[in-house]
Amino acid sequence: MTITLDAIGENKKAKVVSISGGWGIRQRLGCLGIHPGDIIMVKRSAIMRGPILISVHGNQVALGRGVAGRVMVEAE
Amino acid sequence: MKIALMGQPNSGKSTIFNSVAGYKAVTSNFPGKTVQYTLTKFNLFGQAIELVDLPGTYSLTSFDLAELEARKYLLNGNVDIVINVIDASLLSRSLELTLQLLELKVPMVICLNMIDEAVRKGIKIDIEKLSKILGVPVVSAIAVKGKGIKELFSTAYKRGEKKKIGKTLNFSKDVEEVIEKLSAQIKEKQISKEFNVPERFLAIKYLENDRYFMEDFKNRDKKIFKEINYFQNLLKEVHGRPSDVVISSERHHLSMNTYESVVSLTKPQVSLINYLDNVLMHPILGYISLGLIFYLFFNLIFGMGKIAEEPLLDYFYRLIPLVGKSINTDTLLFSVISGIIQGLAGGIAIVLPYLFPFLFGLAILEDLGYLPRIAFLLDAFLHKIGLHGKAIIPFILGYGCTVPAIMATRILESERDRFIASVLATMIPCAARMTIIFALVAFYISPQAALAVYILNIIVIIISGKILSRLLPEVTPGMILEIPAYHIPSIKVALAKTWLRMKEFIFVAWPLLIVGSTILSLLQYYKMDMVVNKFFSPLTSLLGLPVVVGTTLIFGVLRKELSMLMLIQAIGTSNVAAVMSTTQIMTFTIFVIFYVPCVATIAVLWKEIGSKRTLFTVFFTFLLAVILATITRFVY
Repeated sequence: MTITLDAIGENKKAKVVSISGGWGIRQRLGCLGIHPGDIIMVKRSAIMRGPILISVHGNQVALGRGVAGRVMVEAE
Repeated sequence: MKIALMGQPNSGKSTIFNSVAGYKAVTSNFPGKTVQYTLTKFNLFGQAIELVDLPGTYSLTSFDLAELEARKYLLNGNVDIVINVIDASLLSRSLELTLQLLELKVPMVICLNMIDEAVRKGIKIDIEKLSKILGVPVVSAIAVKGKGIKELFSTAYKRGEKKKIGKTLNFSKDVEEVIEKLSAQIKEKQISKEFNVPERFLAIKYLENDRYFMEDFKNRDKKIFKEINYFQNLLKEVHGRPSDVVISSERHHLSMNTYESVVSLTKPQVSLINYLDNVLMHPILGYISLGLIFYLFFNLIFGMGKIAEEPLLDYFYRLIPLVGKSINTDTLLFSVISGIIQGLAGGIAIVLPYLFPFLFGLAILEDLGYLPRIAFLLDAFLHKIGLHGKAIIPFILGYGCTVPAIMATRILESERDRFIASVLATMIPCAARMTIIFALVAFYISPQAALAVYILNIIVIIISGKILSRLLPEVTPGMILEIPAYHIPSIKVALAKTWLRMKEFIFVAWPLLIVGSTILSLLQYYKMDMVVNKFFSPLTSLLGLPVVVGTTLIFGVLRKELSMLMLIQAIGTSNVAAVMSTTQIMTFTIFVIFYVPCVATIAVLWKEIGSKRTLFTVFFTFLLAVILATITRFVY
């Protein structure tokens, strides 16, 4: 079942299925190592609908809620 | 020979640069601190070398202004050799930029920086193998410790002399076929010559739908544009994804394959510093720590500043009567000399004691890597004023100096965000205004009152942000920010950075201070200051300030701290409390914090956001200052 990345709980892993949204966001996320097929671990989720902190390829990235909502993932 | 440092953000380019240039480029532990290139010259093997430190860029497709600047420089900067700096602990991701640089066919050397960090993470890299696969020399280094730098530059020099380029790695067969066909079209039309890039590189950029190359194109040739579209669609149909995704996935796979064939993973070492995030990024403890860190920081600056200010001032004020003994106190010479002494006394005794601990503390926080964490914590709040978390970085830098803060807005993606962040950054009390808050409000009223000034300032910025984002309604693109690993700050580097920033005050502010003091003394001697004060009297009387304040406000536009230092000279005593009431001190401070940015800020605003918006900022801040100061007068 595909859900958006911001719906994944803390300390859970997910696999990227696709990135909805335009060219800009796809490219930016790709630069940080987030492509379809990559495994992401959600490490933290900030309060008040703040950003989420993920770990991907051994690197930490903060994604705003709006951005995370565009990353479609499969929970592992 | 011209050598360029190119690499992803936070890979240590500026640190390598500084290891040959001395501390000239500001280094910090957050991605995107370098927004402009810096040049230096040095000698290697008796040859003059020009080294350029470029802003970090994740790929050769550029998004923000800083990345664009790096790419532009590389494409038309006549660079003889590129040093591709890689954070060895992030090798797999970093190789994606490396592959693009290879496509550009420029002579290149790879520097695997922070190799110690990679070892700690359990990443062991077969350097020879990597060099063989990519066809370029690979040198490992630990730039902060100066290790491997000599070897890096001598390797780069030799490679640059030979002008030898590396290998280009091939994508899957079907993708390569498309690239080849498009390249042939490009070659026929001779477009790549205009951009000064290889055909294959341009073909790939077109398939990636790179805005820079595409936009340039739409206005000119419709025919080739159709071709590009055709090939983009071809890839899309075969792979079932947009062509840019196809290319980026291909590159990703190539990088991963390369990474896997050169890396052997072992168990990572666990270091205590990794646990810091359990507190500093915790949903509750994180905010408590943030408040605590800034409260302690505030008290530290005040505590240290106060200890130094009083004895230093005393020392200077003992000088004036001494001068009076040898020169007649009625002469012009005496008033000029005593004016200069008063000015310098302010510069040394009032400004430095607060400036040093502040800049040093900021340097430590930056190098530790705390700033991106603040961006994470405050993202939700910044959305409320129409910005996102990354904007906190220019704001925090703004507490140091407004000029680099406005430059730092380049890390924001949208023009609207950059404009709002720039206007708000001018309202943040920079170190110069901080000395006014500390030396006047904290010193004569109370440290709590000074803290209240800071809190009021933040509230005003929030309200202004809300107003501006209402005026310019547009959804901010949302934050995508790398949170780098913590680094234990080096005291030496932090001191070097503090000195680099303090130099500005000493070499720019003090000469201005001496000139300003002389001018004010002359004005006072010839009673000309009355004219200026009279001109400002509607304003000063509205704010309930002494008439003599009028002249000082002009000086404040030159540099903010001058308004306070000139005030001391204008009222003729360093004991401000003897002449002004606490209400007047508070009103004066509030007015000076907000009114009209200093000339250096206006100049950089002009460059970054244009003349109209700069004039808007000047007018907006002036109006705000008058309103707030008037309220202060009656309420405080």
